[in-house]
Amino acid sequence: MSVVEQTGGQRAAKARKPMRLFRNPMAKIASIPMILTAMVVFVGGTLWTVVHSFTDSRLLPRLNWVGLDQYERLWDTPRWLISISNLALYGVCSLVLTLTIGFVLAALLDRKIRFESAFRTIFLYPFALSFVVTGIAWQWILNPDFGLQSLVQGWGWESFAFDPLNDPDTVMFGLLIAGIWQGSGLIMCIMLAGLRGIDEDIWKAARVDGIGTVKTYIRIIIPMMRPVFITALVLIASGIIKLYDLVVAQTNGGPGISSEVPAKYVIEYMFRAQNLGQGFAASTMMLVSVIIILIPWAYLEFGGKKNG
Amino acid sequence: MKLTTKLLAATAIMSASAVSAVELEVTHWWTSGGEAAAVSKFAEAWNATGNTWIDGAIAGSGGTARPIIISRILGGDPMAATQLNHGRQAEELIEAGLMLDLTDVAEAGGWKDIVNPSSLLDSCTLDGRIYCVPVNIHSAQWLWLSHDAYEKAGVPVPTNWNEFVASAPALEAAGLVPLAMGQQGWQQNLAFGAITIAVAGLDAWRDVTVNKNADTARGPEYTAVFQAVADARELARGSNVQDWNQATNMVITGMAGAQLMGDWAQGEFSVAQQVEGQDYSCLPGLGLNAILDTGGDAFYFPVNDDPEITAAQKELAALLISPEVQVSFNLAKGSLPVRGDIDMAAANGCMQKGLGILADGGILPSGDQSLSADTQTQIEDLMAEFWSGDMPAAEAQARYADLIAAAD
Repeated sequence: MSVVEQTGGQRAAKARKPMRLFRNPMAKIASIPMILTAMVVFVGGTLWTVVHSFTDSRLLPRLNWVGLDQYERLWDTPRWLISISNLALYGVCSLVLTLTIGFVLAALLDRKIRFESAFRTIFLYPFALSFVVTGIAWQWILNPDFGLQSLVQGWGWESFAFDPLNDPDTVMFGLLIAGIWQGSGLIMCIMLAGLRGIDEDIWKAARVDGIGTVKTYIRIIIPMMRPVFITALVLIASGIIKLYDLVVAQTNGGPGISSEVPAKYVIEYMFRAQNLGQGFAASTMMLVSVIIILIPWAYLEFGGKKNG
Repeated sequence: MKLTTKLLAATAIMSASAVSAVELEVTHWWTSGGEAAAVSKFAEAWNATGNTWIDGAIAGSGGTARPIIISRILGGDPMAATQLNHGRQAEELIEAGLMLDLTDVAEAGGWKDIVNPSSLLDSCTLDGRIYCVPVNIHSAQWLWLSHDAYEKAGVPVPTNWNEFVASAPALEAAGLVPLAMGQQGWQQNLAFGAITIAVAGLDAWRDVTVNKNADTARGPEYTAVFQAVADARELARGSNVQDWNQATNMVITGMAGAQLMGDWAQGEFSVAQQVEGQDYSCLPGLGLNAILDTGGDAFYFPVNDDPEITAAQKELAALLISPEVQVSFNLAKGSLPVRGDIDMAAANGCMQKGLGILADGGILPSGDQSLSADTQTQIEDLMAEFWSGDMPAAEAQARYADLIAAAD
């Protein structure tokens, strides 16, 4: 369908180029409210926030310029630095593990096993829970006094110790377990849909050529599933950046400040510390970090095609 | 059907009575058992005047409720009255002209003469005008001790902080945690504040917290403070609970020797039916310096266009500080009253100790009154990091001094 439209569009463009803006006017009128919302709420709100991050706004926003003071303070604050490194650790691990686990589960389900829909439901079920419920549930499971540790010790393995949430060095992995448990089911479903979209003939051709199953997946199927992987990547990445409620529910940033994340810093400095300027500076830095990742990707994805 | 008719009738009666009376919506975050009982004393007194109290309780602590309250005021949908901790939290709202000026009510009621300590009223004052009604005093410098734990350890119950530190090895030998401590920044900051006043004394504390003198914070008095806090950190190592009342519960059940917590911990002991002097002891000022801070709660009245509501707001302001309401409210809340001229004979031992210190003038302003919310949050972050890790005392002191130097 997109191919047809594109050629049609090219033909029309050749005939009368300036009229392109007015093609399909009803669709454009219909999308005006959304365009306005995007401009005013997203772009306008973002600009407003960035502008106010250069002021000394406290409880109320005000335009009293202080230059880069808020940013200097931000990058001198140990809590912010810990938040950033925590997010990087969580982000990398979560991205790799969620994609891997999601794909492996989907591939296993795609091998025409019995009770496929039952397994699919079980794996997808955690996604139906909010992060707050997930966080509380895993806080209890990982509690050394009545969770997993005491259960295993009760079975007779007395020396078993598993207490990630109370150790500053391992607390992020405790969060990671909960995050992956919650998120990999959805990625599995998306992957499964992608696998089902692969033509059966591809498999037959691979079998005729005598290529092994694993090799077929890695060399043929995964490259064909590129759009599905991009979708999964965007979903996971947006979940990582906005990581907040899981931390609040499971550890509340503790022990100490060892599981703090940037979004929590923003919220707490804006409302608890009543220092809007500092919170805006932190949220601007979050935006900048997203843009730094997004621009090279967008360039590769969209810019590369024109040349090729 | 019957229920519907009843409800309809009830609604009709309520709306009929509302014509003559003024409805005031009051927001607060007093939602625990004892707190709700206390706030109902206010509501009863107000309803008795023929007006209607609409309760706008917001669940969660002040940290949750304050942003909601402030955004409602800023958003042009103000409640008639709201609880806030007096101090610097509402400073900007007052400057922006969003709070009702209560100076005439205060002058009519002679608040200047009856409010004790007078610093409470100073916190409500901006440029000589009064904007809030203080309703109670809460102090943070209390050490709560479990008699049960000391019996198990076989040592006498300490009478001050130094004795407590000395008794800690005996508690540890008996398999108990010497100091119960909830792993939250504000509790750790509270413990730090209490130890500071006990160890460094009032002058050094005042110089740092009120005058924001960073040199004193780098000086030898505060070196001793941070050393004492580092020692306390070791005593609290086995305490993995989060909320303050879970930590208090460790003291109640005799699993921990002591807890540093404000006078609101009293409520937990009462609920557990423990008797002061028999099951537990309390040491105001940690038994070293008989000094308490005077933080607490106050009511603010956002500006309203309706003159009828404005008149009712002023009426409510005068009611909250009236003698009978002060007595009934503070007995339920376990806090100290803001006026020195009323009879609190019904209060228990710990409250009497607090009243005695108040009468002797052993008071200081609370951190809320001296430091902005921004600085408080930064110090809480530092304390959370310090208590949970292995940060050396000297490093914590240096960073604390930097925060004080940057404080506004």
